[in-house]
Amino acid sequence: MAANQKRILILFAHPSPERSEVNVPLFKASQSIENVTTVDLYGEYPTYRINIDKEQQRILEHDIIIFMFPLYWYSTPAILKEWQDLVLEYGFAYGRDGKALHGKTFLCALTAGGAENAYRADGYNHFTINELLQPLEQTAMLTGMQYLPPFALFGARTAVEDGKLDQHINDWKMILKALRDDNLDLTQTKALPKLNEDLSILIREQA
Amino acid sequence: MTIYFIQAFIYLCAAVVAVPIAKRLGLGSVLGYLIAGVVIGPIIGIVGKETVDIQHFAEFGVVMMLFLIGLELEPKKLWAMRNRLIGLGGLQVGLTTAIVMIISILLGYHWMMALTIGLIFSLSSTAMVLQTFQEKGLTKTEGGQNAFSVLLFQDIAVIPMLALIPLMASPVLREKSQAGLKAAGEHHGQLSLVAHLPGWAHALVVISVIIAVIVAGHYLSRPLFRFVANSGIREIFTATALMLVIGIAALMSLIGLSPALGTFLSGVVLATSEFRHELEADIEPFKGLLIGLFFITVGAGIDFAVLSKNLFPILGLTFGIMILKALVLTLLAVIFKIKANNRWLFSLSMAQAGYFGIVLVNYSVQNHVLPAEIAQPLSMIVVLSMFFTPGLFIFYDKIILPWYEKVKNMREEDKIDEQGSVIIAGIGRFGQIINRMLIANGIKTVVLDHQPNQIDRLRRVNIKSFYGDATRPDLLHSAGIEQAKLVIIAIDDRPQTVELVKYIKHAFPEVRILTRAFDRVHTYELKDAGADVIVSETFYSALEIGKTALTHLGIHPFKAEHMKAVFNETEQEQHEEMFQAWKVAAEEGGFNNQYRAMFLKLEKLISEAMEWDRSDAHSKTERGWTPPPKKYTDKIQDRS
Repeated sequence: MAANQKRILILFAHPSPERSEVNVPLFKASQSIENVTTVDLYGEYPTYRINIDKEQQRILEHDIIIFMFPLYWYSTPAILKEWQDLVLEYGFAYGRDGKALHGKTFLCALTAGGAENAYRADGYNHFTINELLQPLEQTAMLTGMQYLPPFALFGARTAVEDGKLDQHINDWKMILKALRDDNLDLTQTKALPKLNEDLSILIREQA
Repeated sequence: MTIYFIQAFIYLCAAVVAVPIAKRLGLGSVLGYLIAGVVIGPIIGIVGKETVDIQHFAEFGVVMMLFLIGLELEPKKLWAMRNRLIGLGGLQVGLTTAIVMIISILLGYHWMMALTIGLIFSLSSTAMVLQTFQEKGLTKTEGGQNAFSVLLFQDIAVIPMLALIPLMASPVLREKSQAGLKAAGEHHGQLSLVAHLPGWAHALVVISVIIAVIVAGHYLSRPLFRFVANSGIREIFTATALMLVIGIAALMSLIGLSPALGTFLSGVVLATSEFRHELEADIEPFKGLLIGLFFITVGAGIDFAVLSKNLFPILGLTFGIMILKALVLTLLAVIFKIKANNRWLFSLSMAQAGYFGIVLVNYSVQNHVLPAEIAQPLSMIVVLSMFFTPGLFIFYDKIILPWYEKVKNMREEDKIDEQGSVIIAGIGRFGQIINRMLIANGIKTVVLDHQPNQIDRLRRVNIKSFYGDATRPDLLHSAGIEQAKLVIIAIDDRPQTVELVKYIKHAFPEVRILTRAFDRVHTYELKDAGADVIVSETFYSALEIGKTALTHLGIHPFKAEHMKAVFNETEQEQHEEMFQAWKVAAEEGGFNNQYRAMFLKLEKLISEAMEWDRSDAHSKTERGWTPPPKKYTDKIQDRS
């Protein structure tokens, strides 16, 4: 069975993990799941000297790439941008011979401070989270990966106080397992504003 | 001409062979020179009478040495040491002279002869003491500084002594050798500007010349040096430096002052000059060679015929004089509160008689103060006392110093009343920074160091640290090594660092050891000993300067930063392989070909990593920011 499982790579980026309330627990929870590789980018590259060869090798060894991060100014923390700039090289990720990412799946697991209703045309953030993530979506497209909507937690600053953390972590574990076992109905995802909108539609009954 | 070449070759050859061997055996270069002299002089006999002439020439090394000492000593510092100079120096010369004089009178000499002998033995060998201090790095110690005050006073005191001795001429001696010495006296008569002047005029000339030297040194030297330096011809600058020293020495001789004193004075005047280091560098090699030559001639001048005739009396008197001088110095050290090992250094270093003693002996004979049959054994004693001096220094190094360190350890070890999660061994310039950083982040450290004054200084700024030798197991225990997570070793001793790592790894395998290494080989030694993290103290600061150099050469700072990182990464990648090669090499007892080959390979890899983008599109230094090829978008559009 393990042979059929997809291999998942989580690239975690949190520049001040000691203050994290959601991301670090989520990252830790991910580590308990089989066939998931977790990488703490800020921990591994504290000076931003990303080892390109090592990161490209990691991509080659996995089927699903996940960016896990708190939303910083409607985008990823800097090291994830650095990671893209460095690792997704011409000839590797794009260009004539750049097919290393073809056929893989890509998604973000993010937390946002604002409430979900702030991320819409009439909210104070004016754009939906999917709109804001379009650069990543296009990156996935150009590199030949299937893009999934984000696994997102809004109002993350008070998630612990609001008692939303445990549910969120459980949802994440389920999604990770479903992704790994290929039990996620990807055709359903396209229309969703976020991946954790309604898990019951997404996750297929195990055969 | 040929004979000069042969002589020069013999002297150089003797020095080249003897000095490195003496140094290797821990005897110091001075003893090496002396032994070289003894071998080529009395033992083999290939040099003879010309040593006396050469010695006169080599004496000039002492003059240069005082110039260099003057350069190191700004007028302010000289003024600050005036009390020691006059107090310590005056008492040393006065007391030693008086005691030797009394003993000589008791032995039946006329009081004037006794006084002369006293003066001869009150002096020590500036050249020998300062050369040895420099070599052993003792110049800045308390003992060294005080010894210097005394030596300086002695060099100044020679001048009035030379004036005093002719006044004590014995009428008997003068009559006895009147005929023979008359010619000799004329022959030895020195060139002088002031000999015919009355006393007051002499004094006036001396004072005005000294003032002239100071003023000229202050105001004229700078334009002169600048003029010469601007010509850009190096040897002319050297020539200027030599001209200055020789000119002042000549001037001083002409007015009857000691050349050594004169050049010392001009050295002090130039100590604040911006050309000081240049002058030092130019004069230093001449001084070194001449001083060496001087010691060789001292060795070569030992007359074994005289010595063997009166072996025991001469040896006995030599030791007697040395013990006496050392006792006087010890007494002064007690009065002037020079403590512990510095007291020993002070007393032992100057227990010999010196070169000026020989000058006084010869001068006394010329002036009919001492008969030749006394003079000969006297110079013998002076030379022998110099010969034994290196032995005293070795005694100080090997017995006194270790003993004091041991005693200190025994009585001053602090009680450690707190324990921390990090133990820092060694709180010098390196350990201090680490400690400050950890403390600033609220981490408890226990700091150990074996230098009491360092500990005191830190305690004054509220950094709690403990005196003690970190290489001792019981101290580590009371510092709480069982509870510690880390031990950081920053002690200033290569082999001890390695030993400490081995010990901790063996006794407390769960403690992580972070250590500073001195260089590449030390890094490997520490890795071999089991240290967890090793940082070479020079590597990262050198990389930083290297990077800054690149930016100053016009390379963009961001690119330079990455060149630095690539250099470091390539170095780290090869670390393990280099270490293995070193291990093999170390077992074979040295630097083998494989290790050499590895090193060359590393250099090649580094330059390849840097140059990659010249042959290909991707340099490691800018990988990831390399733009895609021109017109690459056509292909992407084709595909979609």
